[in-house]
Formats: sequence, C-alpha cells, structure tokens
Amino acid sequence: MIGALLAILLAIGVGFNLLASIGILRFPDVYTRIHASTKCTTFGTIFIVLASIVYSIYRWLPNHDARWITIGIHSALVLIFLVLTNPVGAHAIGRAARKSGIRPYGAVIDELEGYYEL
Amino acid sequence: MMPESLFMGAMILLFLSATLTMIRMLIGPTIPDRVVALDALTTTTAGAMVLYGVITEQAVIIDVALVYAVLSYIATLYIARYLVKKRVGLA
Repeated sequence: MIGALLAILLAIGVGFNLLASIGILRFPDVYTRIHASTKCTTFGTIFIVLASIVYSIYRWLPNHDARWITIGIHSALVLIFLVLTNPVGAHAIGRAARKSGIRPYGAVIDELEGYYEL
Repeated sequence: MMPESLFMGAMILLFLSATLTMIRMLIGPTIPDRVVALDALTTTTAGAMVLYGVITEQAVIIDVALVYAVLSYIATLYIARYLVKKRVGLA
C-alpha cells in the first residue's frame, strides 16, 4: 500500500525531471529552455519531496519517533523554499537575457525594441 | 525493505537527469543558457539530497539540501544582475 503510493509519487517526480533535462538539451534558444527547465524541475521536485514527507509520516505514526518527524518537517521546508524561489530566479534570468540583447529564436517582429534603455 | 530500494532507484535516475543537464551547462552557447542549466541542476540535486537523507535516516542532509537551494537562488539572482549591469559589486 505505502509502496504503491511512494512508487507513483517517485515515478511522477523522476519522469518530470528527466523531461526537463531532455527539453533543456533539445530546445533551440534560452527562453524555451527556461520554459522547459523551470516548470518541469519545480513540479518534479515537489513530488519527490512529497514522497519523502509521506514516508516520514508513515514511519512516525507507529511509535512517535522524533527523528522521523524532524525529517518530515525539514523536507516540507525544502518544498516551501523551492516553490517560493524557483519562479523568481527564472523570471530574473529571462529578463536579464532579454536586456543583454538575446533575440528569441525565429522571432519576426520585436515589440520591445527600444523599450529598455540599456 | 521495499521503500528504501524505491528511493535509491529514484535517486540514481535523478543523478542521470542531472548529468544530462550538465551537458548543456558545458556546451551552452551563451551565459544565460549556462545559468538556466545550473538552476535546473541545483533543483534536481536538492531533490536527490532529500532522498539521500531519507535513505540514511539523517535530518542533517536535508538541512544541507535547504541551504543548497537558497544559495542557488542567490547565485542566480546575482548572475542575472551581472548580465544586466555588466559590472560586479554592490550598488
């Protein structure tokens, strides 16, 4: 029972992380690589850490061992920090790439031309 | 018995994913490509560190994963700021 639940959560997490690495290798420019890597690694790592939290609660429930609830709470802290900080970092990198003069792949018009004074 | 082997297999696959990301970090044509690859690599490695802490039943390794994620965020913001302003240092 707990093995099946953990297998499903870990399979979702590992699958999305592998999709992120394939996308970051195959996509043509930096903006599509941001699109592939940030969303897929954040979503995959959420499910990896959820599997860790579920297993620590499962080990904590029979005889209230303090070690396992510590592992669960610290995993939840890792989850909160990843969800808060990953989109901000991706937005900063995309904005910095646009400001340093990298054009999107295959772009025909540029509506931000001259909008940023460098 | 069974959940530890599940966590171990997932950790090996996460390291495979991190290795594939490291190829883009080595051959990336521009600086933002390398920074995006570094960000994805750090997030994947933080997940692998959490799994290793669960396998060895030590909460210290999960604290290491927490600090690693926060420092990666600071490094990403600082490199983005360098790409915009083209100089290093405060102010």
